[in-house]
Amino acid sequence: MMNEIYEPKIVAFCCNWCSYAGADLAGTGRLKYPENIRIIRVPCSSRVEVAMILRAFQNGADGVLIAGCHPGDCHYDTGNYHTRKRIHLLTSLMDFMGLSPERLWLRWISGNEADKFQATVTAFTQELRAMGASDKVRDLRCSR
Amino acid sequence: MRIGVFVCWCGSNIKNTVDVDAVTARAKTMPQVVYAQDVQYLCSEVGQSEIGQAIDTHRLDRVVVAACSPRMHETTFQKLMAAKGLNPYYVEIANIREHCSWVHTDKEKATVKAIDLVKKAVAKTAFAIPLTSDQLPVTKRALVIGGGIAGIQAALDIADAGYPVDLVEKESSIGGKMAQFDKTFPTLDCSACILTPKMVEAATHENIRLYTYAEVAAVSGYVGNFNVTIKQKATSVNPEKCNGCGDCVTKCPKKVPNEFDCGSSKRKAVYTLFPQAVPNKPVIDRDNCIYFATGKCGLCAKVCQTGAIEYQQQDEMIENQYGAIVVATGYELKVPDHLGEYAYGQHPDVITSLELERMLNASGPTSGKVIRPSNGKMPRRIVFIQCVGSRDRHDGNPYCSKVCCLYTAKHTLLLNEKFPGTESYVFYMDVRTAGKNYEEFYERARQQGAMYLRGQVSKVEPLGDADNRVLVRGFDGSLQRQVEIAADLVVLATSMEAQPNAKTLGGMLGISTDLNGFYTEAHAKLRPVETQAQGVYLAGVCHGPKDIPEAVSQASGAAVKAIILFNKGQVKSVPTTAMVEKDRCSGCMQCQPVCPYEAISQEMVVERVHGKERQRAVATVNRALCQGCGACAGLCRSGAMDLGGFTSRQLMAEVDSL
Repeated sequence: MMNEIYEPKIVAFCCNWCSYAGADLAGTGRLKYPENIRIIRVPCSSRVEVAMILRAFQNGADGVLIAGCHPGDCHYDTGNYHTRKRIHLLTSLMDFMGLSPERLWLRWISGNEADKFQATVTAFTQELRAMGASDKVRDLRCSR
Repeated sequence: MRIGVFVCWCGSNIKNTVDVDAVTARAKTMPQVVYAQDVQYLCSEVGQSEIGQAIDTHRLDRVVVAACSPRMHETTFQKLMAAKGLNPYYVEIANIREHCSWVHTDKEKATVKAIDLVKKAVAKTAFAIPLTSDQLPVTKRALVIGGGIAGIQAALDIADAGYPVDLVEKESSIGGKMAQFDKTFPTLDCSACILTPKMVEAATHENIRLYTYAEVAAVSGYVGNFNVTIKQKATSVNPEKCNGCGDCVTKCPKKVPNEFDCGSSKRKAVYTLFPQAVPNKPVIDRDNCIYFATGKCGLCAKVCQTGAIEYQQQDEMIENQYGAIVVATGYELKVPDHLGEYAYGQHPDVITSLELERMLNASGPTSGKVIRPSNGKMPRRIVFIQCVGSRDRHDGNPYCSKVCCLYTAKHTLLLNEKFPGTESYVFYMDVRTAGKNYEEFYERARQQGAMYLRGQVSKVEPLGDADNRVLVRGFDGSLQRQVEIAADLVVLATSMEAQPNAKTLGGMLGISTDLNGFYTEAHAKLRPVETQAQGVYLAGVCHGPKDIPEAVSQASGAAVKAIILFNKGQVKSVPTTAMVEKDRCSGCMQCQPVCPYEAISQEMVVERVHGKERQRAVATVNRALCQGCGACAGLCRSGAMDLGGFTSRQLMAEVDSL
């Protein structure tokens, strides 16, 4: 049992114009990467609410990847700058919440960078495997 | 709610890696799913009708398609939904091809992932809300950026269809790089003879307005309704008064290197770009003019008989509305001085292909004679080096510049024809002649005596003889040995590169550049002239290295795209726009500054609180302006702002399903 590899669960939010397209291109190019990732398509990385990221952790995600267009290359001009600010703030709060900030990755992957997408997912999976399961964040809402 | 799930095999593309039967069986057990089926090709007519029939038989109101990327076929399935009388946004795609079957090999794990992706789509579609789009009017005027052959062709085609076009060119004349060429391959047509009639046609066309010596300064708006600010640089010459006599040019005392001849000749500070310039009116280069530097001189104004010289002219900002934009900004040639082994810039007899082209041109710096820059004598032996800065991952660009093989073949032919007895040696990596009649043209060059040596040059250095020749040391791969050639002239086929400001302009237009700085098309195979930004089209080398016929074809393609838009007369607005739940909105207006389209404003609502009427400010979204990025929804503190198609509830449902 001890030698078994821990397979982490990764939730990714990919912007439609760059990172989702990059992931598509990785598919078209048959670039292989681990099966651990589940991609949620959003129009822009700035669409992602902090609550969605936290909910992913609550649901047992071991890592969350936010991927958007390169700075200056946002399809909507400025969306990724807002993302950057928001994710920076969240990262700084994660320690406080008992979550390891290394479990939240923000990466810029363009529609042409299939190899970067592949490399990112592969590296993230490997790091999370080494880190093991994430501590569960309690859901304090009454409805649950 | 009755959800139907359809799992596509995509032939063997999905089926080989994902157990589609298992996915279908599992889908049937998912909440609210009443029907599931696997189909060989969902995008085919058969597949479409299978979905259609299932919608009827099983009274489905939501559909989940597990197939290829939504970027591929989402619209196909949305149209099917509409045809069935359902809202197009009641279909959701699970991407089990690009994001699953194509990137994984372990069938068991891939199947588990595919099931997850279907589950996620089912969860999302359960919270889908119906979306509609509005019809927006289109401004029937096109903007073409760049007045090279691609831009001219695009402008002429749009203008011929009856729509007004503005053509913006940064130089003082249209014509672009093609105006610098002497002959064109593979027909050896005189470049100016085929280009200048088109330049004149563009200038005199009733539907075309030229803005030369001008640049695009700002772009806002969206397809059908772009607002563009054009910066008209001060030419210091009143075009109405100027009769193009050229007296000012003759009298101007200041000489500077002529960029049009790659610096191998001089021009004046007041100048026309080349003899056949359109418009044929000079401009004053303020950076080099004595009057602008010292306030003295003013000779040009003194000799001008029509009083056209206006030193006081200012740069002007012109704002116009356009429905479509064609980007045809072309390229620059890499200056090969970064490669020390070729001694460019160190030895005067090492030149670029464009410099040779200018020498061959009858209106060039040497009036059509080819000379050695070092001594002015005719060269007997010329060495051509191919792929200088192209196909070079270490010291250049990784891509092939595509035209160099052919123009070098052209140069050897022209030299042989004009100056019989000239020996041409070509060092090459591969000769690439894909194009109509190109292989035959290359064969002709070899038959006429050009010596092709497959191999790379390691060093170009002074020979140190009385003639001051250059020694080219290289490797001949066919003979498998070192060769040395004493040459009179060395010609470097330098790389085509994206314009240095391509990224800045791309940012204004909302289109991206690829790793090499060229603009990215919407789809590599099927949408080669469109971009990610609707209403912005590409023509010519700004999109990647091309020869003239390819640039012209793409320009006509881009023109047709604009004409289609104008003929339709209206565009559908984005249906996935932001929306405000007014009851929840606190009116903090944090959403307003993050909106890149200025679509959010404040509005007053009247509420009844404790029986009294009260006014309160809330945010409101202009649906015509909103492009659906969701930046506002992402940061809304009270959860009042949401985005159609990607509502918080939908995205949360996706997260929860995993």
